[in-house]
Amino acid sequence: MNSSTKKMYPLAFLIPAALVYCTFFLFPTSMAFFYSMTWWTLDDWEFIGFDNFVQFFQEPSLRIGFRNTLIYAFTTMGGKVVLGLFLAVFLCSKIRNKDFLRSIVFFPALLSTIAVGYTFSALMHPTNGIINKALALVGIAGPNWLGDAKIALLSVAMTDIWKGVGIATVIFIAGIMAIPGHYYEALKIDGGNAFQSFLHITLPLSRPAFNTVVILALIGGLRTFDLVWAMTGGGPGFSSDLLASIVYKQYASGFFGLATAGNVLLFLFVGLIAFPIFKLLNRKEVDL
Amino acid sequence: MSTKQEGVMEETSIQIQTKKKVSKKWFAFESLAVLLATIFFGVPFYFVIINSLKDSTGAAELSLAWPESFQFLANYKEVLMLNDGIVWRAFLNSSIITISSITIIILICSMAGFILSRRQGMAKRLNYVILMGLMIPPTIVPTIWVLQKLGLFKTFPGIIFLESALHFSFACLLYTAFVATIPRELDEAALMDGCGPFQLFFKIIFPLLKPVTSTVIVLSSIQIYNDFENMLYFFPGADNATVQLTLYNFTGIYGTSYHLLFADVLLISIPPLILFIFFNKKIVDGMTAGAVKG
Repeated sequence: MNSSTKKMYPLAFLIPAALVYCTFFLFPTSMAFFYSMTWWTLDDWEFIGFDNFVQFFQEPSLRIGFRNTLIYAFTTMGGKVVLGLFLAVFLCSKIRNKDFLRSIVFFPALLSTIAVGYTFSALMHPTNGIINKALALVGIAGPNWLGDAKIALLSVAMTDIWKGVGIATVIFIAGIMAIPGHYYEALKIDGGNAFQSFLHITLPLSRPAFNTVVILALIGGLRTFDLVWAMTGGGPGFSSDLLASIVYKQYASGFFGLATAGNVLLFLFVGLIAFPIFKLLNRKEVDL
Repeated sequence: MSTKQEGVMEETSIQIQTKKKVSKKWFAFESLAVLLATIFFGVPFYFVIINSLKDSTGAAELSLAWPESFQFLANYKEVLMLNDGIVWRAFLNSSIITISSITIIILICSMAGFILSRRQGMAKRLNYVILMGLMIPPTIVPTIWVLQKLGLFKTFPGIIFLESALHFSFACLLYTAFVATIPRELDEAALMDGCGPFQLFFKIIFPLLKPVTSTVIVLSSIQIYNDFENMLYFFPGADNATVQLTLYNFTGIYGTSYHLLFADVLLISIPPLILFIFFNKKIVDGMTAGAVKG
């Protein structure tokens, strides 16, 4: 790098960003590794080694967070990918009301998660809720969506899919629109049908969009807090507690060291799951 | 010659017939899909709107029925007057936080993006550090600890800097990618004309970044305005209410006042709705940025 470049692009321009990002994000995040090994009251700390982590793996009410977070992240990711791809293919075909449909599918993404959570808690009310009333019309006794420990987590995941599928859809639409039209024409000339064009052109060539949706949905799912907080508060019992909500609960109860250990575990969890998938997906990139 | 023409005519008429058949089937399928989408995505909206117009017993039934008496004015007035106008206060607080954070984000991220894009080696080394901000959630207690040490916990500057830090990565990556499309010859020409780096950036480059800047404004404002988690952790206190926390006022141990809750849901959804109506394309462009290229 010659001196004129150095003069033209001074590193001083990075200083404001570096100050804000380091002080308020990188520094606390790295300090978390130290404080996760302490008994901590903010004013005072005592080093206790890996005790906090041991407790996280031993106590059932804390350990359940790992399982639930995994289930939640992969369920919401799967739902968003499958539904989003389906909706995108549909919305890219020759239909009328395209713009109206795109808008109505996308709009929930812009709403407040808490508002959506409260609204769906009302819709999922066991006796008065519209969902169960609609099911009763066709003779099905609807479950207690948020009160049944077995399905509460999945009910929250469904709501997440409802809210987030719009983003997946617009990303897929952008990916599909970027596929050159002559691929489809060539397949048509060779006598391929609509399903074949989906399988052999749309699916492989919208791979970059697919990767983005998978990564975004996974990371979003792994760090979810507000939706669970608004809908179940982690209950009934601890059946729908995610790592992020457990961390908050420990913090609110004053166990600062334990909460910080939870934050570190969440950090490692996101890194260990999202990072290898990121690498794997990017390795098999298809070139247009 | 004539037989050939007839043959062609026959063929086209067959084609038209099959097309008609397909389009009829397609029409049924399309209508069904539109209907399903409208039910899945439209009913919850209708539900919120209709119940925000009912009285408390009517709304408590949680039905889609038409209201027996319209309480539009009464409900919205009650929400806005509650606790000496805590909802107004919340709107003000959220606006202050959103506007200030976005100003900082635009300033620091455009400058950083400019340098990172022009100095490729630097960008490569910092890549993972920046990506971390996209993936890792903030740690609660250590962040509070830092804010306390700086005397910024529960203050506007504290939450504003924090929101700026948490939205840095996304905006910075957008700016870095966009600066790459601006030719370097422009910088060199500016240098020849005697521009310093400050003039080069603020007078020439920054105005050219307008498309990204507007994307960052729209997307970040929606995210910060809708942020609940960070406000709960890092901006607690009765006077520090933000719009998302006002929803708390209507749910409680004595049951939920659904008519007021839904009125409040609608009230706080107005700003995103306005942005959505005017900047729909910008929002979608921002969200799909990078998705196509990978």
